[in-house]
Amino acid sequence: MANQPHQTGYGDYIKGFIASLILTIIPFYFAATKSLPTTTTVIILVACAVVQLVVHLVYFLHLDRSEKGMWNSMSFAFTAVIVLILIAGSVWIMVNLHDNMLL
Amino acid sequence: MFGRLTLDAIPFHEPILMVTMAIIMLGGAALVGGITYLGKWRYLWTEWFTTVDHKKIGVMYIIIAFVMMMRGFADAIMMRSQQVLSAAGETGYLPPHHYDQIFSAHGVIMIFFMAMPFIIGLMNIVIPLQIGARDVAFPFLNSLSFWLFVVGVVLINLSLFVGEFAQTGWLAYPPLSGKEYSPGVGVDYWIWALQISGIGTTLSGVNFFTTIMRLRTPSMPLMKMPVFTWASLCANVLIIISFPILTVTIALLTLDRYLGTHFFTNDMGGDMMMYVNLIWAWGHPEVYILVLPVFGVFSEVVATFSRKKLFGYTSLVWATVVITILAFVVWLHHFFTMGAGANVNAFFGIATMVISIPTGVKIFNWLFTMYRGRIKFTTPMLWTVGFMITFTIGGMTGVLLAVPAANFVLHNSLFLIAHFHNVIIGGVVFGCFAGFAYWFPKATGYMLDEKWGKRAFWFWITGFFVAFMPLYILGFMGMTRRLSQHIEPQYFPMLAIAAFGAVLILCGILCQIMQLYVTFRNREALRDVTGDPWDGRTLEWATSSPPPFYNFAHLPEGNELDAHWYQKERGETDQSRDYQPIHMPKNTGAGVIISAYALVFGFGLIWYIWWLVAIGVVGMIGTWIKHSFNEDVDYYVPVEEVKAIEEAHKARVAGASTKPVTNNDDEDEMEVEYAN
Amino acid sequence: MQTNAVDHHAHDEHHHDIGETKLLGFWIYLMSDCILFATLFATYAVLFTNTAGGPSGKDIFELPFVFTETMMLLFSSITFGFGMIAMKRKDVAGLKRWMYVTFLLGFGFVAMEVYEFHHLIEEGFGPDRSAFLSSFFTLVATHGLHVTAGLIWMVVCMVQLNTKGLNETMETRFQCLSLFWHFLDIVWICVFTIVYLLGVL
Repeated sequence: MANQPHQTGYGDYIKGFIASLILTIIPFYFAATKSLPTTTTVIILVACAVVQLVVHLVYFLHLDRSEKGMWNSMSFAFTAVIVLILIAGSVWIMVNLHDNMLL
Repeated sequence: MFGRLTLDAIPFHEPILMVTMAIIMLGGAALVGGITYLGKWRYLWTEWFTTVDHKKIGVMYIIIAFVMMMRGFADAIMMRSQQVLSAAGETGYLPPHHYDQIFSAHGVIMIFFMAMPFIIGLMNIVIPLQIGARDVAFPFLNSLSFWLFVVGVVLINLSLFVGEFAQTGWLAYPPLSGKEYSPGVGVDYWIWALQISGIGTTLSGVNFFTTIMRLRTPSMPLMKMPVFTWASLCANVLIIISFPILTVTIALLTLDRYLGTHFFTNDMGGDMMMYVNLIWAWGHPEVYILVLPVFGVFSEVVATFSRKKLFGYTSLVWATVVITILAFVVWLHHFFTMGAGANVNAFFGIATMVISIPTGVKIFNWLFTMYRGRIKFTTPMLWTVGFMITFTIGGMTGVLLAVPAANFVLHNSLFLIAHFHNVIIGGVVFGCFAGFAYWFPKATGYMLDEKWGKRAFWFWITGFFVAFMPLYILGFMGMTRRLSQHIEPQYFPMLAIAAFGAVLILCGILCQIMQLYVTFRNREALRDVTGDPWDGRTLEWATSSPPPFYNFAHLPEGNELDAHWYQKERGETDQSRDYQPIHMPKNTGAGVIISAYALVFGFGLIWYIWWLVAIGVVGMIGTWIKHSFNEDVDYYVPVEEVKAIEEAHKARVAGASTKPVTNNDDEDEMEVEYAN
Repeated sequence: MQTNAVDHHAHDEHHHDIGETKLLGFWIYLMSDCILFATLFATYAVLFTNTAGGPSGKDIFELPFVFTETMMLLFSSITFGFGMIAMKRKDVAGLKRWMYVTFLLGFGFVAMEVYEFHHLIEEGFGPDRSAFLSSFFTLVATHGLHVTAGLIWMVVCMVQLNTKGLNETMETRFQCLSLFWHFLDIVWICVFTIVYLLGVL
């Protein structure tokens, strides 16, 4: 794939690695020490995960809006939507069922 | 040594099964004997079993679909007859443990081993031809998908004679399907038949999606693809996204049964409602997987036999895409009564009603296509018009069921059964038959006998209404589904009518068998020489019937809708220019062998024969890895061979005295400009 | 077979296209794998509070251990990336070296996970203890099995690198494996966040 729109050199992987490292250490730290209120910690954990996800997609999987990456990005976006519907939908339904069925 | 497999597994004390087994064994022996006598094993292996040619794989899928339809229909006849007898005060001949296996097998067979393979078979035959490609993106995977499906067929048929099948219904809800309440092999047969063939289906989804996205003839943009291809693209997206849900859900049930986990058990924190939730998160997209391609079939058939370009191509494409997305937000309507609150039920009820709108758009598009068209009521067109009437009724009962309050009354009554048979038979089955009749000449080179085709249609549609309209009434009268004993006498009249309807459908099936026999007998007179017997509009009709194994000598031009039609008008159909060598994949037995190991694997797991399981695993992985070392997977067809085939086709067409079934009168050449 | 310059170019384009087609197909398979994991996550999200009197996440998760696993997988992603850079330069020896390191890191990850599972099962906290443990083991083990499959694939690719050399087919295979490997690291981000980190709060 030598004619990729942007050359993937060490730069991308180093940048991605450093970012991922930071985005891993932060949530582990706050989860381990529990130094912040729970809700705040949860937000930090989820936010760091989402950002690290994007970091991986961009720097390791080279997902972009170039012509070659277009279908990959679109299919990933669609899949991500379905993943959210499946997980959020299932949790909503099951919590609702448990409430109504006194479980 | 043999796990829990003993001679007791064979149902010696069940006369119906023993007779069936005897007939099948005799028939099978005759088939094997005949092939041996004619010396055709080598031919079958090299030309059919190891083929990676999408056209042949498609044909094999459809043959098996028809055979499995017989078994599924036999189940239906047995159910109708048992219910009639029971309502008449008789005990009948099917005790509950047998009847329950029958309705479970009926559902599994009709959905997984009749409808799905029929659809996938049609997609296999047609898509590469419609997009001007030479094969699918991954021919070896195509073969593997087919043979994994065959393993599923083998397992479910084996369950008839060795052991038993699930008595849980086609979706095997736990805890009934768990280890405690179904300790036998029945549910395990269900699990492995579905799991193994399901992997094949998922691979097909990836294959066709990639094929449509990457292998279109270079001049064909997405918005110039035929509607059947568009519909198939969306159906394959649904397959890719929904089948993993089925795979996981069945796997979780498997873990409960084999390793004692507690996903869906009554105790230790299990939640069987999660199974229902997940299985329908797959199950709803599944019905759209079945119905979207047949909507595509109808689009092609309506345009061809109204001799008019399809009305509203863009809106049809968008309606299909919208259905694909909405298919993922309605699944709870299959379990309104499970106990969710009003908000949840209301959301899914409204979403379900919304999803009927794009389908309505399609119906209008087809009707507007027919309006002021020059309609030819060929067999495919009859199936299509029959579909429009039947499916619309079924769709409307679906919208009624989408109202949660109504659903509380009608859930799991015969009204529900009538509804889904209405849409599946009126939609999917009629569509499969329409597609079969439409593309049979392309696939085989022979026209089907029209007379018996039309008779089959009239028996089927009359039979369908006579068999299923009483079920709507019975639903309102309060009869629930899956009953076989002590049925209320007041249900007898409707059940009797329904049974008669089943007999009419049986006549329809016999007509179809007759059609095949007559077609074979009169095949020389029924030859399709030109490759374009219907005066078709899309690129598959630009090839001979059957097409050469490489499909197209030159990749066709596809930069307009109904490309073939307009190329005919402009006289651009001559393909005899400089021929080039054509890159084609080689046949391979790897798909067959991997699947054979999968069969060993599945059978071993069902009967707890662990050494067989180990052989299966090692064999599957080993063969896959070995295949990856194989570099001899393709070749080039030499120019001389291409030239010879193309020239032979030209000569046949030139010398043909048979006119196409539809004539090409000048007054037919009306070009319609729709306001867009 | 007479091929002129134009045909040769078309032939090369055709082969280049085959690689792109395989990559798209593999990517789409990965999308289906996303849904597979999503279903497991949904199951975990619904069942993780059903501890049936047994342990919850707080009782059994050890963050330093998980952090080490995470680092192994993250480092293996970089080393794989460096391997791909070597491959682009046709530096077969470099590719092999980075693949060895990646394999060791991946193997270390799986070994640690097996150790964790073994330990839990020995204490009576196996997947058959409660719905929470069933869903924990299944989700994490499915990821682990994928990593194992990736390791086997790596070995096969290395063998084929020796027997076939670095031809187009092998390059495409390494690219597919690369997608697979990074995808598994992405899934692991979700696993360590949702299962382990949220689990100890």
